This record gives sequence, C-alpha cells and structure tokens, in this order.
Amino acid sequence: MSDTDVLFDLTPSEEQQMTREVMRRFAREEMAAAARPADEAGALPEGFLRKTVELGLNFMPIPEALGGVGAGRSPVSNVLNTEDLARGDMSMAIAALAPLAMINCVMDYGTDAQKEEVSQALATADFTPAAMALMEPGIGFDARRLNTSAVRQSDGSYVLDGAKSMVAFGPQARLLLVFAASGDAGTQGFILSGDSAGVSFEKEDYMGLRPLPLYAMTLDKVAVPASARLRDDFDPGRLLSLGKIATAALAVGTCQAVLDYVVPYVKERTAFGEPISNRQAVAFMVADMATELEGLRLMVYRAAAQAERGLDCTRAAFLAHRNAVKYGMKIGTDGVQLLGGHGFTRSHPVEMYYRNLRALAMLDGMLLA
Amino acid sequence: MINLELPKRLEDTRALLRQFSAGGLRPLSRKYDLLEQQAMPQELYDLGKLLGGGRNRAAGGSEEPAGANRNGNNMFMVLSSAELCWGDVGLFLALPNVGLGNAAVSAVATDEQKEEWGELFASMAITEPGAGSDSAAIRTTAVLDGDEWVINGEKIFVTSGYRSKQVVVWASLDLKLGKAAIKSFLVPKGTPGMTVTRVEHKLGIRASDTAQIVFENCRVPKANLLGNPEIAKTAEDRKKAFGGVMQTFDNTRPMVAAQGLGVARAALDLTLELLKQKGIELDFEKSYHQMSAIESDLYDMEADYEAARLLVLKAAWMADNKQPNSMNASMSKAKAGRMGNQVALKCVEICGQLGYSKAQLLEKFARDSKIIDIYEGTQQIQQLIIARQVLGKGSSELK
Repeated sequence: MSDTDVLFDLTPSEEQQMTREVMRRFAREEMAAAARPADEAGALPEGFLRKTVELGLNFMPIPEALGGVGAGRSPVSNVLNTEDLARGDMSMAIAALAPLAMINCVMDYGTDAQKEEVSQALATADFTPAAMALMEPGIGFDARRLNTSAVRQSDGSYVLDGAKSMVAFGPQARLLLVFAASGDAGTQGFILSGDSAGVSFEKEDYMGLRPLPLYAMTLDKVAVPASARLRDDFDPGRLLSLGKIATAALAVGTCQAVLDYVVPYVKERTAFGEPISNRQAVAFMVADMATELEGLRLMVYRAAAQAERGLDCTRAAFLAHRNAVKYGMKIGTDGVQLLGGHGFTRSHPVEMYYRNLRALAMLDGMLLA
Repeated sequence: MINLELPKRLEDTRALLRQFSAGGLRPLSRKYDLLEQQAMPQELYDLGKLLGGGRNRAAGGSEEPAGANRNGNNMFMVLSSAELCWGDVGLFLALPNVGLGNAAVSAVATDEQKEEWGELFASMAITEPGAGSDSAAIRTTAVLDGDEWVINGEKIFVTSGYRSKQVVVWASLDLKLGKAAIKSFLVPKGTPGMTVTRVEHKLGIRASDTAQIVFENCRVPKANLLGNPEIAKTAEDRKKAFGGVMQTFDNTRPMVAAQGLGVARAALDLTLELLKQKGIELDFEKSYHQMSAIESDLYDMEADYEAARLLVLKAAWMADNKQPNSMNASMSKAKAGRMGNQVALKCVEICGQLGYSKAQLLEKFARDSKIIDIYEGTQQIQQLIIARQVLGKGSSELK
C-alpha cells in the first residue's frame, strides 16, 4: 500500500488504545481530585511530578541507544496523551508534559550531542524539570518576530538578550530551550541550564494555570556556546505548528472535563419540578458543546496525523488552534453558565476550567505535538 | 492508524466531480435560478448519465477485506454531494438519478417491479401540512381494498415531486397504531387519484421543484408497498419498526450535511478569488494581532468549514464501518447546516455590493444555503437528537 492509498481512519493503534487507558486512569485518580486544592494552593500536589515518571512519557521518543524506548516521534500519540491528561487538569498536564516538549524538539532538530545531553538529563528515574521558553511579555506577541536576540560572536558563540514569560519551572529547570531571533538566520533555539550566568527569574501570577510554576525570565548578556544551538535545519514554522496542535489538544481535554461535569449536574439539578436538562434552553447548550468539541477534536487529530506523515500541517494546525481558542473558551463560559450562581463559586470546578481555558489564546510553544 | 486525509482513489474522484460541477453545473446556475421550476433542465439528463457512469466506477473501487477499515459508499456519497453542491445545490437536487426515493426503491424492489416501473426518478413524499419534523404524526392513509391499496391524503414540500416519474409516499395503515403502521408506497406518475396541485416559489434552490401532491382514492397494486407489509404486534416491536425507518436518516443526514459543505466551499472560494484582486490573501501563519477584521472572519470561516467537514467525514466513515452513528450524523448535520448558512451570508457581507448583486453567485449561495439547515431535520431537531444522546434522555423527557 503506497502512502497515498492510506484510508481515512479514526481507529487508534492498539498501543495507543492501551496508553489511553493508562493516561485516563492517571488523570482520574491522580489529577482530577487534586486539581482544586492545587489551584487554591497555587502549587502542584506534593509528589505529583514524580508519579508522572511512571507514565514513561519522556522515554518514548528517545532512541534505545540513548536509554529510551525508541518508539519514534509520534505527534498523534502526543495529542492523545495531552488530551487525556488535560481532562484531569490542564495545569498539571502542562507541568507533566513540558520536559517532553523539549525532548521532542531536540529529537527533531538537535545535534547528536544535544540528543545525548537531553536524554541523559531528562529520561531519568526521577522527574527532572525542563521547559521551552518561546513566549515574551506584553501585548501582541508574534512568535515569528521574537524580541529576544541572539548575537553571534566572532568565535561562533552567541550572546542572548531579552525577556521571556510563562517559562515553566523557571530557576528549578535543569534545562531550558530558549528561542531567540538571530539576525538574518531568523529564529534559533538554544539549550541552556536554568542557572546560567545572566539569567534571572521572577515568579508570575495568572488568572488560571495556578498550580503551574510559571516565571518571567530575563536574559542579560547570556553567553552560550555554538554547541548549544539547534541544528541548521531547525524549522521554526513547523515548531510553531506543532505547538498550536498541542495547545488545541489541551483545549479538547479540558473541554471534555467541562462536559463530563455539566452533564450529570444538569440531570440532577431540578427547577420548576423537573431536571433542568429537560429544557431545550439547557439541553441545546449541551448539544452544541458536544458538537463543537467533537469538531475540534477531529481538527486536532487531522493536524497531528498530517505532522506524523510528514505532510505540511501549517493550515490544519492554524485552524485547529483558532477553533480551540474560540470554542474552548465558549465551552468554558457555557460550563459556568449551566451551573448558574453555583458555577461562579469555587465549590465547583467549572470556574477553574473557565480560568484555565482562557490561557489557550496565549500559550505558544509550551507543549508540542 | 489515525489518518484524516482521503485516499488517492477518493481524492481523484472528488477532483473529477469538481470538474464536472465547474464545467457542467455552474454555467447553468444563474439560468435555472431565474427560470425557476418551469421546465426540467434538459442538460441534466446528459449530465446525470455522465455522473451515473462515473459513480459506478468509483463506488466499486473499495476492496478492503471484511473486518478491515473501510472507506465505502457513505464516504463516496458525502464527498460527491459536497462537490456537486459546490456546483449548484438546486441543480444537484434536480438531477434525475439522485431522486431521494431512488434509494428507498432500489433497496426493496424485486427485479420484476424494477422492470415494470422503468427508469427510476422517484421523489419522496413525507411532509404534510400538519406534520413536518414529527414525521410520525402523518395523516395520509392507505387501506387495502382487494388487491389494491387506496391512498388518501395531502403531501407538501416534495422535492422533485413535479418532475419525478414516481413518488414514494409515506402513509399509515392504521392511524390508531401510530408510528409502526407507517409504510411507504410507490406511486407511478399518471396513476389516477394522484395530482400535483402546486409548486412552491422559494427563497433558494429554485432550479429544483418542490411540489404539493394530493391523493384522492389513489389506487396502486398491493405489491407497491415497499418493504414489510406487517404491522408489528407489540409496542416494543412497533418502536423498533419505526426506529428502522428513522435509521435511514443516520445515512442520509451526513449526505445532506455535505450539501452545506459544498455551498460553503463555493462561497468561500469565490470570496477569496474576489478578495485576491484587492490584495487580501490568507496566510496560515499570521499572528492574531496582525489581522484585519475581514481576514479574521475568513480564518474563522475556514476553521468552521474544517470542523464541519471532519464531522461529516466521521459520520460517513462510521456508517461505512457499521458503527452506530446516530449522534454523529446529527452533529454533522447541525454543524454543517449552520456553518453553510453562516458562511454564505458572511461572504455576501464581506463582498459588499458585489456580494449582494446578481452579477455574482454569492447572493444565490446565501439563498440556497438556508434550506440545508432545515430539511432532513432542522437545526433544532438535530440539537434535540444530540442532546438526548449526550444526556441519556428519552423523547418523553426531553421534548
């Protein structure tokens, strides 16, 4: 069967189906119940990150020779995992998957030495914090025009200057993959450790994603060797597309959590002598949530499957992301609406989903498909 | 393996149908929109034959072993409906060999009957003045008198009811027994007692005729009852029997949803072509902060089109693979129905005077698109079906 004869198919592989069961159980048992206390505390649950190591996520794309499983890069598996974990909690899902994003990017575009360095540091028995640093502070961030600069020195090394935001783990990160504009060479990626000279962090505080440790990062004349730069064939456009797909997958999982919560609620809550779900005004809102969520899910799968087959996924990724921002937030706000005043209180998770879902519009390059 | 691209076989068929639409249907669009339903567009007989030949070749191409993933006839039908409606929804409906009744007849008729009834161009008469979405509430009756059924009643909104050569009419054998007693009958044109009493003048799809048909002691042979003549005995069996009738909608809804895809794609393609002359082109890497309002609308429409398209493909794929798809069929119809209408209307707005003018087809797409969110189950009926499934409610609770 040649590549163009591949049929339209929505059946996950056996491997993916088994993994989904594991992820869903983990999301149910280790994440969903812990989400509210973690949101209130503004910190990840004690021991949560260590437990995620048992999921083996980081080992999958790393070749056997470097201590991994050697399953190869699979954008489809990545979005399934992202969806299933986000169904438990979006903040915790991002924390768990942030190092994997860096691993995936290095497997795609790193030198052999970088692959080895990242594998040794991150494919470990304990959770090692690591993250990608793409976003920058302020209004109007454009990932194609970064303000952080990387100036090439006469000896081939680079000096990085600028400011990043929403950097997961910040000073605790063992490794960070920082993106900067390098003159005519365009966007380049550099691997550095969180404690590099000239790097400083300040904790950030957001309306949502509260358990996730996010930091503003300042780079002041940070010297990095030429060996820290990703390969010459690094494709920033593809990186951004993979990032958009992953963000949209977060939307799918979180919106599924909204739906999971509101369906039993509207069936139990009575008004005027019967369940409010018997009223079309309520039922049709639920129907639209389910329909738009399913449409979004398929868009995410299509974009990821294109990436997996090596097809150009720019358009599909852009459109999936666009609908994730639009319908993700719509489902988030409708989730609160369906619970009425109760939805506005912190006794129910829908207000937390609402706050988390707003982040979809600004998350860029934090996770990868 | 998860893959949402089409195999080459279907992609090639799709491209051929697009050519057929562009060269065969589009040039007739304005002509028959203006002529309305005065005469059968004669060109469609030849075009229909051309299409029929192509269809047999394309649909026969699927040779997956039993149990394996299939991209079969349902997938083919949604893709071809979308492409033909990209050409023209009204002309597509008027094609002699896509009459809605044809499938119903082909499924159950014996070889002798097919011989006797001749070339099929069968319309489907379900809706009545007092029964639209609630098709179980029809009042048309069929009573056995000797070897003949005697049909009485009034049908409206029969697509191709005027031009078709046969009418498949839904009638009740016993009004007291409700849904289970509803059967369908084939009535050839010219049968005494069946009269086309009016054709509707419509907002859109004007090339397609929409007829009112009155049955007054209309007699047809006993064998013209399509399918099983028995009325289920128990309440449980009756429910099941009507469920079987309604199940056909699980296959047809994605196909009608696909019409919404066709008209939306047509409106978007034309709008993008017109905007290109103004220097506006889509760039799927653009930052949200750099977009004009019109560009932002265009990206939204492309995204909604994509969501609807994938919902339609999924519903058809499930049907091909014998997976229960009632909810997905309704989702595809709900989303594609509203998307097609919203996109076509928005394209008129974006193109301003040119969009509103009959100098372009955008105004026609906007008129044609409305009916797709109504027939084969309105937007609201689809929402009801989806809601019942998601909420686990029966029709007695969630009305």
